Amino acid sequence: MATNSQRVIDLKMPKAHDVLFRTLADPTRRAIFERLCRDGDQTVGALTARAGVSQPAVSKHLAVLKQAGLVRDRHEGRQTHYSAQLSALAPLIDWTSQMAGFWQSRFDHLEDLLKRMDQ
Amino acid sequence: MSNVATEALSVVVEREIPFPSEKIWRALTQPHLIEEWLMKNDFKPVVGHGFNLRADWGVVDCQVLAVEPNKTLSYSWGVFDLESVLTWTLTPTSMGTHLRMEQSGFRPDQQRYYQGAKGGCPRFFAALEQVLARID
Repeated sequence: MATNSQRVIDLKMPKAHDVLFRTLADPTRRAIFERLCRDGDQTVGALTARAGVSQPAVSKHLAVLKQAGLVRDRHEGRQTHYSAQLSALAPLIDWTSQMAGFWQSRFDHLEDLLKRMDQ
Repeated sequence: MSNVATEALSVVVEREIPFPSEKIWRALTQPHLIEEWLMKNDFKPVVGHGFNLRADWGVVDCQVLAVEPNKTLSYSWGVFDLESVLTWTLTPTSMGTHLRMEQSGFRPDQQRYYQGAKGGCPRFFAALEQVLARID
């Protein structure tokens, strides 16, 4: 069983993941990213039609997503197509699985306690 | 493929536990019992109550967001520069209780959040609603 001092690693969001986290914390931006995950490549125009915000706002969100490595753009004539880069999510998934490990061990402690408690 | 990012930003742990929900509720809400499986604390099952969880590596700042005895417990969980919401859900089963813990709504800590939290904490409830809206 790990000690509390080791657990600090589990609870702290590593600095390197900060950008990723801040980028996805915005609901509108996350919705745009999830649309790209679900529906594949899209233009700003297509994304704007369903985002519920203006095209400049969508473009701004896409720029932030691109900076975080979450989307890639591809120019085709006058159009720019955006696609999701799912591999960029890997650090977050690693981190959340570490958190899940922390809680699994707490669940173990909780079950041990319940066995010791009187009814 | 939907909710990829939302899933990446939340942690869910659930388990069948062979004890009644009333007993588990006590372990989740009585400070001396919480200390035995989680951390030292000054928890009270009262909405709006601010409390700390303390370990040798640091302190977790929390505030109670929702209490429904034997069913649901929710509190904010602020550690280092990151704020999230923890929600415990207890569902009776034929064998005992299905216990579910979801930690989600991760966002950077903002000092004004704590300052605004002293009163009616509407911001916390807005945040909680956001989290709940994301759960499919």
